[in-house]
Amino acid sequence: MSAVAETIETVSAVTEGGYKWGFETDIETELAPKGLSEDTIRLISARKEEPEWLLAWRLKAFAAWQTMSEPHWARVEHAPIDYQDIHYYAAPKKKTPKTLEDVDPELLRTYEKLGIPLSERAALAGVEGGQVAVDAVFDSVSVATTFRATLAKAGVIFCPISEAVREHPELVRRYLGSVVPAGDNFFAALNSAVFTDGSFVFIPKGVRCPMELSTYFRINARSTGQFERTLIIAEAGSHVSYLEGCTAPMRDENQLHAAVVELVALDEAEIKYSTVQNWYPGDAEGRGGIYNFVTKRGACRGRKSKISWTQVETGSAITWKYPSCILQGEGSVGAFYSVALTNNRQQADTGTKMIHIGPNTTSTIVSKGISAGRSNNTYRGLVRIMPRAAHARNFTQCDSLLIGDRCGAHTVPYIESRNATAKVEHEATTSKIAEDQLFYCRSRGLSEEDAVTLIVNGFCREVLKELPMEFAVEAQKLLAVSLEGSVG
Amino acid sequence: MALLEIAGLEAEVEGKPILRGIDLAVPLGEVHAIMGPNGSGKSTLAYVLAGREGLRVTAGTVRFEGQDLLAMEPEARAAAGLFLAFQYPVELPGVGNANFLRTALNAVRRARSEPEVDALRFLKEARSALKRLSMADEMLRRNVNVGFSGGEKKRNEVFQMALLKPRLAILDETDSGLDIDALKIVAAGVNALRGPGFSALVITHYQRLLDHIVPDRVHVLTEGRIVRSGGPELAVSLEESGYAGLAAEAAAA
Repeated sequence: MSAVAETIETVSAVTEGGYKWGFETDIETELAPKGLSEDTIRLISARKEEPEWLLAWRLKAFAAWQTMSEPHWARVEHAPIDYQDIHYYAAPKKKTPKTLEDVDPELLRTYEKLGIPLSERAALAGVEGGQVAVDAVFDSVSVATTFRATLAKAGVIFCPISEAVREHPELVRRYLGSVVPAGDNFFAALNSAVFTDGSFVFIPKGVRCPMELSTYFRINARSTGQFERTLIIAEAGSHVSYLEGCTAPMRDENQLHAAVVELVALDEAEIKYSTVQNWYPGDAEGRGGIYNFVTKRGACRGRKSKISWTQVETGSAITWKYPSCILQGEGSVGAFYSVALTNNRQQADTGTKMIHIGPNTTSTIVSKGISAGRSNNTYRGLVRIMPRAAHARNFTQCDSLLIGDRCGAHTVPYIESRNATAKVEHEATTSKIAEDQLFYCRSRGLSEEDAVTLIVNGFCREVLKELPMEFAVEAQKLLAVSLEGSVG
Repeated sequence: MALLEIAGLEAEVEGKPILRGIDLAVPLGEVHAIMGPNGSGKSTLAYVLAGREGLRVTAGTVRFEGQDLLAMEPEARAAAGLFLAFQYPVELPGVGNANFLRTALNAVRRARSEPEVDALRFLKEARSALKRLSMADEMLRRNVNVGFSGGEKKRNEVFQMALLKPRLAILDETDSGLDIDALKIVAAGVNALRGPGFSALVITHYQRLLDHIVPDRVHVLTEGRIVRSGGPELAVSLEESGYAGLAAEAAAA
């Protein structure tokens, strides 16, 4: 109940407007020279002290990427990206810290400003309900991971992927690229060639992860791309809830973010993956902002395994992402809950793929698109029922809300069913915030902006309730801020 | 000075004149009824007072506690103590009734420089108001007006009014579509607010609501003008003679 009231407070608190995460951290950075070549990849691999097999894997991905071309089927438009004009590696100069006490105070202050506590003591002092362990990725490197000792006691591994490569090579080698192969698509191939850091999570058999895990991505350096890689493995009967958040400074250039996330759920394991994406969206005229080209995919390999993606996408100049589930295990369950909000000149083309392979697999898709300003918002989703997927079921609901009359909402569902016993349902609606609704709220004392926020939050309710509590509040605030200037 | 003073008010909708010169004063503490046939401008008057867009005021003034009401945004009017109970309450999908009401209450309280009400106190007040209106607590958990029956919507309006405690309530045909039991509940809700600091403008087509909310004054509106004013007995005589005679009278005048 307090959440909406808080949303309203937030709107009024940020009336000066803009993107409050847009500051820049002044820190000495080591940059790889601009450009992409085998040398760049060798440099990254050397910086990360990687084994030979991983360098070979990267080079193979790079070779594949060179034969591929950018996909252009999404409903987004942008100037050509010069892949040779990007720094593929940027890292704070100070040596990677061994303990939290060694983290550069400037970085700690940065995360404090972002509201991410990197001090375990502070996090413990502020405990309300649950603790959250954080992996903080700054440009190309992970700068801190909290609560590792507590997690280790439970047998959970939560560390930067670069460290996992050194400490748990057998796990990384077995699962890396097993869900999203190196040559899967243009951006996944690029990521496989140059990925720098990201999080690695391993939940052993039968373990319920004792706290929420989260990774906080921050792009700071100019003219860099961020190419993080996340790998989560949930062994049989285990359970994990993972959150990611992301922000970047305000810059008038476009910066590329091409991440890959792979999830593997074995028998009866459950992975709940939540994202609040708040990369810098560019200014009101569409200058600057992050190009967010992301491949996220989860494999429900085990019987009755479960993967759910929940995303709140408010940032980025362009969003191109389709978190998907491959439902292999019999009776496995996939879910996709999404809120995508675009304002000003933002473009989003997002949705999911639910690939039903095993029998009795079920999937649920709930997508809420909100378009304001001159933005364009597309839901693109595929539901594919393979011949063996007897009695598979899917339910899809796509709702679009338009604010103003200069924005666009598009729904592009693809349904392919190759098993006659499967049941696929699709519902879609498009609506505008009615003058009646606004007037009704205003006549009760709400300002026009508060009224829009309230109506939008109501529209997104089904998705927001899927988020862990702390994130739900954060997401509502974000929606309010992102809607600024969308009325009047 | 009256709480509400309307002088020479003219307004049009899509270029068509609807209000053709209304003069009306509602003193603090009084309940006035506005009666009239369909299309006489009753709802337009309610909307003009509440500040709905799409209506053009072409002449006249409206003062609320001495302030220029027409210059105020709808939310500022609410903060000043004006409340419109809608003839057709609007649905807000996904927005919980309790959320909506507490947000509205605190917005109004903030504007009045009053402290905000926390969730606990709000719930307590809301529950007792619901009880007085013979409404179930479940009402608070439901989404604003979504799936409500006609009667429930009207009662929800009166419930909102009870919590927001306006200085002036405008009830736009709140009786339409209500059975006699619901009508009594709604009337009791309004009567509970009556007192020296509360005024109401009760807009209705029928006299039956005025059996339960007995007005201090009755005004008859036809073709955008108030053609007659009187005590509660005027409503009774109208019930017998109908509006037709009055309209003829107005035309002759």
